[in-house]
Order: sequence, then C-alpha cells, then structure tokens
Amino acid sequence: MKNIIFINGFVAIILIISFIKDKKKTVKSVMIAIKSLGKIAPAIISVILLIGIMYGLFTDKIALFFGQENGAIGFITIAIFGSVIHMPALLAFPLAGSFLSEGASMSSVAAFITTLTMIGIVTLPLEIKTLGKKFAIYRNVFSLVIALIIATLIGVIL
Amino acid sequence: MKNQMLKKNQKSSKKGFIFLGLVIIITVLILVLIPEKSSLIMQTSFNYFIQMVMIFPAVLILMGLFAVWTSKEFVMTHLGESSGLKGIIISFILGALPTGPIFVAFPMAQALHKKGASYTNIVIFLSAWACIKIPQELVEMQFMGAKFMLVRLGLTIIFITIMGMIINKLLETKKAVTSE
Repeated sequence: MKNIIFINGFVAIILIISFIKDKKKTVKSVMIAIKSLGKIAPAIISVILLIGIMYGLFTDKIALFFGQENGAIGFITIAIFGSVIHMPALLAFPLAGSFLSEGASMSSVAAFITTLTMIGIVTLPLEIKTLGKKFAIYRNVFSLVIALIIATLIGVIL
Repeated sequence: MKNQMLKKNQKSSKKGFIFLGLVIIITVLILVLIPEKSSLIMQTSFNYFIQMVMIFPAVLILMGLFAVWTSKEFVMTHLGESSGLKGIIISFILGALPTGPIFVAFPMAQALHKKGASYTNIVIFLSAWACIKIPQELVEMQFMGAKFMLVRLGLTIIFITIMGMIINKLLETKKAVTSE
C-alpha cells in the first residue's frame, strides 16, 4: 500500500513539474503512455490469469516436494516448480522459512527462492512482447542455470 | 518501410489477442473442471489485477515522460555499452529500489533499451528487480536469517553480473552478424 501511494505521488509530482515546464511535451508523453497501454494490455491480462492458475493449482503441492527430497531429482523438481509458479516475495519467504524449520536443506530452499523470483514462465508472454523472444529465452535459461549454481554454493557455504 | 512496420505491429498485437483468448479459454476450463480451486485462482488473479490497476498507469506515464525528456545520449553514457562498472552499479540500484511487481519492470526495461541501455545493464536491472529488492531482503533476513540473506545476496550479485555480460555478448554478436 505504501509503495502504491509513493509511486503515484512521485509520478504526479513529476507530471506537474513537466506540465509547468512544457505543456506540449507532457501531452505527448501521456499519449505515449496510453499507446503503450493498448499494446501490452493483452499480454498483461494473460499474465495475471496465468499467475492465478499456477498459484491456485500448485501452491498446496509445494510442501509435498520439500517432503520427499531425494537428491538431485528433488532439487531439480523444486527448481522447476519455482520457475513455474509466481508468488510475491512477502509470501514466499515465510513459506520457505517454514520448510527450513521442518528440515528442508539450505540449498533446496535457496533453489526455490531464486528460481521463484528470477524465472518467470508465466510472465514470459510479457517479457517476449516487450524485450523480444531471444532476450526472454536467454534470460530465463541462464537464470535457471545460475539459480542452480547459487543454490548449490549456498548449500556448500552454509 | 513504414507500412511494413505498421503491418508487423498489427500482426504482433493480433498475436497478443489470440494468446489472451487461449489463456481465457484455459482459465474457464480449469475453473469449470476443478471448481474447488476456482476461488483461490480468482482471488489471486484479482489481487494482482488490483495491484496492477493501482500502479500501472503511474508507471506508464513515467515511461512516457522518460521517453520525451531524457536524451538518448544521457542513457547511453550512463547505461550504454561503454558505461562499465558505473552502469552496472546504477542498474543494480534502479532494480533494487522498492517499486512494484516484476511485470512493471519489463516495459521499463524496454524503454531503457530503446534509449540505448546495454543488454548487460537491462539483464542486471531486471534480475535485481526480481530477486534483490530492498524490502524483500529485509523479509528474507527475518525469516531465513542474516547469514542466508547475505550469502545469497552476494552470490546473486556476482552471478547476475556474469549472466548480463554473457547475454550481452550473445545478442550483440548476433546483431553484428545480421547487420553485415
């Protein structure tokens, strides 16, 4: 909520300053905003629906994956899981913390958090739309690789 | 040339609508076939939708203002190919600022790239936004412990930077090849 007030207030102030400085430019920038909304609206609505589906279908199954950790396969399952589902970090950390206290390993929890935040299968339509197919695929594939590396290293260090 | 681009634009927006149509069909199917999940699915989507409605107009206007007021030279010197370590640090800070959900970051990254920011810095900006936001780190510390948080933060910064550089190389060499 605080974020929302902050962002809107901040933009309102900048918009007013811009309007005082140059009316024409300000109108032009609002037009750009409206145009780009029209362009990415379908992708955004798709992403919002996909997030709901993935979250609704899989959230209660997360605990199951952490319960039956069997080495590399369990580790990779968790990573895939983290890539597919989308969840706000504020919910993810309490959840991950509860897995830790139930005996899940550091590296599997790290794999879950890192893939969860960095890789977005459900946000892919929007990423492709804005930054291109090649960029989106490279970023997500490399993110998976570095998420696994980070998770393994955390397991070694801690 | 302009006509061609217009056509391409129309084609890609058509694709967007076709995809949206597919997603809506799938959603309806799931809601009908698995009714016990429907309230959770709709609640989650609705929450994100509300968040989006409250943040997105401001973000779009900010992007519009950015497009009109900042010069390409400015972005290029601070975030472009030759911005070096300074560009990397700026990208990390921009990404880690407490803002909104990740889907707000994609159009922002697009605006930065159009103005000449390098792929390295775009990748860093997006990844920092996704996994090392400042408020997020505080929650992580609370639930996972300071040690876990610091180790993950350190490793993440190192590997995100390496990833950005690799992706930049891959996309830039491709660009060079196709433009020849």
